[in-house]
Amino acid sequence: MSTPQRIALSESGDVTVVTFNDSKIIDDLSIQELGQELANLVEREDRHKIVLNFGAVEFLSSAALGKLISFEKKVRAKKVKLILTNIRPEIYEVFAITKLTKLFTIKDDEADALAVL
Amino acid sequence: MTAQWDWTGEATIPSRLGAHMPFLEEVLARVEALGWGGRDVFGVQMTLEETLTNAIRHGNHCDESKVVRAACKVSSDRFWLSVEDEGEGFCREDVADCTADENLGAFGGRGMALIDAYMEEVTFNERGNRITVATRRGYRPPVDGG
Repeated sequence: MSTPQRIALSESGDVTVVTFNDSKIIDDLSIQELGQELANLVEREDRHKIVLNFGAVEFLSSAALGKLISFEKKVRAKKVKLILTNIRPEIYEVFAITKLTKLFTIKDDEADALAVL
Repeated sequence: MTAQWDWTGEATIPSRLGAHMPFLEEVLARVEALGWGGRDVFGVQMTLEETLTNAIRHGNHCDESKVVRAACKVSSDRFWLSVEDEGEGFCREDVADCTADENLGAFGGRGMALIDAYMEEVTFNERGNRITVATRRGYRPPVDGG
């Protein structure tokens, strides 16, 4: 298994915590890689509880949102538990505008997410 | 009313993904130099990213024989942008409403929803291959509680 380039992984009990290596998720190739690396978590590595920590993310395009939606579909199909955390106000507004706040479970921080996973 | 602009710029951008970045970065530097910051710059960046990428990807289908023409005007409190591709144009009514409950998981339409939210004015030419947007510093999109 190659080391992911766009994300970093850590474990907290049986929960996989994912952070993003890029503060701006806009480059097309990077977005493609991000989508594949996220997909690998559930399709190859069989992880069952995942936290996506957006603390490092300052900007993301609609193309990146598309990859997150693809990931959510894979997660739902595999019955994986997924929570998004540490979303700064500008990014949360993007989720609110596109109504993705309805699609994802969002908590303030990792501790809040781990408490319910 | 004649607006007073502090900077105007134009660019002819090849239809290659990522080729819009130099123009985007220049406009952001100009608005920041004029005192724009935080959430206002974020909205301008989102609008530039989505309009230019849409023109390259969906308007010109990444055909490098075609170009995207962009024009921008900024002042300490106003932002104006026009982006034109060489595509056949589109009818925005044909773009699925990504915020409708039945389309939440569907692809596409989110870029347009974001532009609509961050810009106070959004218009298309009749052919549908040129989008013109404008906003003012401090403008906030009407986001409902959903």
